[in-house]
Amino acid sequence: MNKIIFKIDGKECFAEPGQTIMEAALENGVYIPSLCRAENITPAGSCRICTVRVDGKYMAACTQPVANGMSVENKAADLEDMRKSLIEMLFVEGNHMCPTCEKSGNCELQALAYRYQMLVPRFPYQFPVRTIEPAGPKLLLEHNRCIQCLRCVRQVKSKDGRHVFGILHRSKKRKIGVDHGLAAALTDKTAKEAMDLCPVGALLKKEVGFVVPIGKRKFDKKPIGSEFDK
Amino acid sequence: MPKYGIIGTIIARHKKDPSRLIELMRDVQKEVGYISPEAIAAIAEKLGLSTADVAGVATFYHFFSTAPAGKYAVYLNTNIAAVLKGRAEIAAAFEKETGVKFGQTTPDGLIGLHETSCIGMNDQEPSVIINGVVVTKLTKSKVKELVAAMKAGRDIRTLVKKYGDGANQSRLIRAMVVNNIRKKGPVLFAPFKPGSAIKRAVTWTPEDVIAEIKRSNLLGRGGAGFPTGLKWEFCAREKSERHYVVCNADEGEPGTFKDRVILTELPVLLFEGMAIAGYAVGATEGIFYLRAEYAYLKPYLENILETLRKKNILGKNVAGKRGFNFDIVLKMGAGAYICGEESALLESAEGKRGEPRDRPPFPVQYGYLGYPTTVNNVETLCAAARILEKGAGWFKTMGTPKSAGTKLLSVSGDCKKPGVYEVEFGLTVKKLLEMAGVRDAQAVQVGGPSGNCISRSQFDRKICFEDLPTGGSIIIIGPGRDLFEVIHNFMDFFVEESCGWCVPCRTGNVLLKKKLEKITSGRGTDKDLAEIVAWGKIIKAMSRCGLGQTSANPILTTLLNFRHLYEAKINKDLDFISLFDLEAAIQPAASVTGQKLAEVHHE
Repeated sequence: MNKIIFKIDGKECFAEPGQTIMEAALENGVYIPSLCRAENITPAGSCRICTVRVDGKYMAACTQPVANGMSVENKAADLEDMRKSLIEMLFVEGNHMCPTCEKSGNCELQALAYRYQMLVPRFPYQFPVRTIEPAGPKLLLEHNRCIQCLRCVRQVKSKDGRHVFGILHRSKKRKIGVDHGLAAALTDKTAKEAMDLCPVGALLKKEVGFVVPIGKRKFDKKPIGSEFDK
Repeated sequence: MPKYGIIGTIIARHKKDPSRLIELMRDVQKEVGYISPEAIAAIAEKLGLSTADVAGVATFYHFFSTAPAGKYAVYLNTNIAAVLKGRAEIAAAFEKETGVKFGQTTPDGLIGLHETSCIGMNDQEPSVIINGVVVTKLTKSKVKELVAAMKAGRDIRTLVKKYGDGANQSRLIRAMVVNNIRKKGPVLFAPFKPGSAIKRAVTWTPEDVIAEIKRSNLLGRGGAGFPTGLKWEFCAREKSERHYVVCNADEGEPGTFKDRVILTELPVLLFEGMAIAGYAVGATEGIFYLRAEYAYLKPYLENILETLRKKNILGKNVAGKRGFNFDIVLKMGAGAYICGEESALLESAEGKRGEPRDRPPFPVQYGYLGYPTTVNNVETLCAAARILEKGAGWFKTMGTPKSAGTKLLSVSGDCKKPGVYEVEFGLTVKKLLEMAGVRDAQAVQVGGPSGNCISRSQFDRKICFEDLPTGGSIIIIGPGRDLFEVIHNFMDFFVEESCGWCVPCRTGNVLLKKKLEKITSGRGTDKDLAEIVAWGKIIKAMSRCGLGQTSANPILTTLLNFRHLYEAKINKDLDFISLFDLEAAIQPAASVTGQKLAEVHHE
């Protein structure tokens, strides 16, 4: 098969047919920010932070296949501001209290907010009333912090392939649901994997906390996307 | 009795097939009164699903409830046409007579009051659906009568005393719904001899059928206007052991009801259109997806399908064409505007939450159950059948260069003659208003909330894809109306109907609505007007599907065409006013202590 040749912000890039813009960008050393995307999981296109612009059209880099001759805009100032606005929307739609969150420093939402130098969101806080729910004996589901990236919905399954997590309701009432029977079968190992999969502090392993102190965590050492910044 | 009692019986009736989950749940809702936790557990176990997924479907649709919905479940729609025709009074009457508020069920479980979005009765509002039965043109005294009948335990069907016109009177419908066909045109409403379109089509090759549709320039009638011939060609070209034709009978854009009239009066033309599409793309099965609001037409339509099987317009060797087998399965929706979006419709038809898919792959590549599928609007399929009967050349003599043929318009709101008009593309709004008996419209909403709100100075514009495209919804707003009431209603609609999958649509629309509230409450400044435009553009650009890409239109198009109304609302001498309203915030406390606001609140 022939290689695809395309451009991101003028830089010549190469891709294999069938790759998404996101996959190709990362292979070519170009960072496109994202939240809902995770390695080896079918993309969901839910956070829209990876939105890029091609010929004036907006598309999610995580779901859009790359095409020969494409000219992708990734770092245009207005596009970056719209991405920042999505991060701000996520902060105001939930209740995010970074200083008391177990995920602080490992949280991708927080890390992106730092990357985009978010100080005060341009939108008013919504202060929704949300709850905390057990998800089996090993996990907590902290709805206040959930950004509905659907990573857990897509990836955490029972041995017979059923979803441990699902989606309830719609519109602003939409939230993650739990099959409590299936969640009960999660082991320490699979529960820890689920927690690590969650980009924010919505899925938390019970009975452990702050093993690594704040200040010494993943993004404390190396800001998100910094490996691509030269 | 099988395990789980009645729920077990229902599950067995649907052969434990997960793709029939919506139908199954409709039966549970009807026979049990709600989707109980026990039902969710039983369905999950029997169908091999997660309870989280089953609960996900149960909480997605308007006509499913996870708490008892009432022996009589009353669904009053929130559509603007209902509002213009006195919905508030009707809602108050229901609450007064039942003693409960909307969103509640009477303590004895008898009557539940629920809200839903447009039910496709804009030309005869205010209307409700009670246990699937449509009751139109409500008045306060009729509400009193209805509630008394429910309290007396009467069958709602017995309250429909006078049937509508045409097939609404047929034994299998018996609805008080009226067609309101105001203008018959040469394509849809011209006399049609059953069988004439499909019989002609099968004398051609499928390739020639597609070529003829392409020559006709037929564009999708749902509003998006994608070329139908091209869609069929893309679908036919996909190599697959199976192809599907799906008819989108989920017209949910507030203000549209023309498909209701087609389904009532022209179902044979429609089903022939589906068979022709099936022949063209190489499908043996068609899915007819009917919106839940039109469930009252289901027995009638199923009977038509049965008749067509007997007449060999469906079934084996259709219309005498050896080897061409095609049949149609009717699938029901359960109430969700987003299911009018074709990929969301496919998800729903597969028994899931009606959330759009990422595209590509498009439905023509990966559609129903993953097979190549052409999803077409009701009116499009009817027009396609006519084109095969009478020829592309004939079709192109009507309309404009880029918009061939006629369009069915659903006209409602402040007009003397609400109803369905079949007009040639290119008709000016002014001419349409004359036909509808409107002399003094303040504004016309073309294409529903997701379309364009135009002012008097633009009434010379033409209804066609080149100028003012529309899926058919035309809502007329009279001179005395507060346009902001309309805009608020539309934004409430989008906030409610967003599936919530993506961030900009789920949260952006809520923020946009709050900003609008700030402006209309008199607390806005120039800065707020600038921000509402900027936020609207973000939601349009970043959203995943057509809903979020158009949901800001009620604000953006009125800001463009009625800017003076916004300017009149804002404070010109202030640069900034806080969203936080101190007086409103302390009002509850002040009323508890009996103090006047001035005593509690010192500047």
